[in-house]
Amino acid sequence: MSLPDTTRRTILGTVATLAALPTVSRADISEPDAVSGGLGLQNVTLQVNGQQFRVTLEPRVSLLDVLRETIGLTGTKKGCDHGACGACTVHVDGRRIVSCLTLAARCKSKKIVTIEGLSNGGDLHPVQAAFLHHDGFQCGYCTPGQIMSAVALIQEGHASSADEIREWMSGNICRCGAYPNIVAAVQDASGNVTEGG
Amino acid sequence: MQNFSITSPSNLPAAAAAGQNSDTAFIAGGTDMMQLLKNNVITPSKLIDLEKLSLSEIKSENGVLRLGAMATMADVAAHPVVRQNWPAISRALLLSASPQVRNMGTMGGNLLQRTRCLYFRDTGFACNKRAPGSGCPAIPGDSRDLAILGTSPHCIATHPSDLPVALMALDAELELLTPEGTTRRMSLSKFYRLPGTTPHIESNLEAGQIITAVILADQAIGRLSTYLKVRDRTSFAFALVSAAVALDIEDGLIKNARVALGGVGTMPWRVHQVELALCGQKPSDRVFELATLRIGEGAQTTEMNAFKVKLAQRTVVRALQAISA
Ligand SMILES: Cc1cc2nc3c(=O)[nH]c(=O)nc-3n(C[C@H](O)[C@H](O)[C@H](O)COP(=O)(O)OP(=O)(O)OC[C@H]3O[C@@H](n4cnc5c(N)ncnc54)[C@H](O)[C@@H]3O)c2cc1C
Ligand code: FES
Ligand code: FES
Repeated sequence: MSLPDTTRRTILGTVATLAALPTVSRADISEPDAVSGGLGLQNVTLQVNGQQFRVTLEPRVSLLDVLRETIGLTGTKKGCDHGACGACTVHVDGRRIVSCLTLAARCKSKKIVTIEGLSNGGDLHPVQAAFLHHDGFQCGYCTPGQIMSAVALIQEGHASSADEIREWMSGNICRCGAYPNIVAAVQDASGNVTEGG
Repeated sequence: MQNFSITSPSNLPAAAAAGQNSDTAFIAGGTDMMQLLKNNVITPSKLIDLEKLSLSEIKSENGVLRLGAMATMADVAAHPVVRQNWPAISRALLLSASPQVRNMGTMGGNLLQRTRCLYFRDTGFACNKRAPGSGCPAIPGDSRDLAILGTSPHCIATHPSDLPVALMALDAELELLTPEGTTRRMSLSKFYRLPGTTPHIESNLEAGQIITAVILADQAIGRLSTYLKVRDRTSFAFALVSAAVALDIEDGLIKNARVALGGVGTMPWRVHQVELALCGQKPSDRVFELATLRIGEGAQTTEMNAFKVKLAQRTVVRALQAISA
């Protein structure tokens, strides 16, 4: 993936049209955050799936929008944009959260993991494999969020029964109604996933 | 969403001082704040991030429980001492929102969550809470989810949070820091305000004041407690009606009872008259049913939400049965 290296000057020049669209450049080192210009653009280094991304953003931009629109990781989905569907679930510092209600500017020095960061090289994460095996989806739109939630749920120790899985997966809505297969996949994977999985 | 700036003060006095300006707002977990910002319900020009203030500790010492204001809903719900000695608090939190939201939402933020009244959340409508004096379309409108207790002709919005219902039943106190740098305690029962003619003022928290902790001192009444929530779907929904109950039973008789309701009041609602009716009685279904008949007292219902009176009575009976069985 090659990303344009946009300077602050060009951002300030185009801010009317790019109002909510931050720009991104990769950086190996994290720079101190600088507030610049009247619109309060900030330089923030985000660590996503083990990689550092230096993004220039307005403080109001959600982590979800930065992941998708700026960094280009479109696996994380936007359903409701209000915390109510779980499609945007990612892990921040090891916990599942909804990225639509998270300000990207507050995520500096936190470890973010998205659906793209789960597989190990070509090997699917056991939860991903279980979703395939059990047909845990139809259209697939909710699936990245379901999988991120399921991985966390298993680590939390909330997969002891189908009922417990249903309750602790309740933050993830599936409009296709693939629930029975999702529960089966999570139940199956919970036997497979090793610590830190 | 309008743009804003964010600052992250690393000490409390700086945060409280910065929070005094009318165009600033504190942000904790951000789960309600982000919704309000996205919907332009509030438009602060500056957010003050409370994350770096070291307010997330959960501490239990000499029977006193101290929940830091920035402790997450998930961490408090899972804390062994909370589960053991104040089960109603743990239950109320576990029945709130979703696992993801509970990993983000905090004690302070949950206490100050704004109403879910659809008219308040949609700037296309008038709303006395959001735009004082503009009117209340909810009273003649869609009031099914709205309050029946503590209402006024200006507002019938329900307080939506589960946690403070349990905290109200268990006589919680809040620790506050004022912009002048002094710490003070306030009973939760004195924290919320009825809508009256000023529904936009929801609590007695003053500009710049930061909630630093929730304090629970009385462990005895907390032990035998629970929280029961009735909603339109099994999980991940706000309460239609909920009840926090606690009993202190000695020699087979109820020595002390606590009952608070959610989903029915303009603030988390303690029902002292039911508590009084329970005291001195031997726990039984009949005693519970008679005591809870008093729940409807003073209720102002609409055609759409009148069902909440009976539902609240039954919810409290069920919760009392659960802990006295
Ligand atoms: C989809 C969804 C479903 C939900 N369902 C439920 C539910 O069933 N039950 C329920 O109870 N809640 C529910 N919630 C609400 C959620 O629990 C609250 O949004 C959350 O508790 C708020 O906490 P926060 O830390 O994110 O607050 P924020 O959004 O950060 O802040 C909320 C308010 O509190 C103020 N504030 C925060 N901390 C302090 C402090 N220490 N001192 C002074 N002011 C402070 C902020 O300025 C702001 O005004 C739901 C939310 C979502 C998104
Ligand atoms: S898009 Fe974030 S929860 Fe629906
Ligand atoms: S698979 Fe279509 S929404 Fe879940």
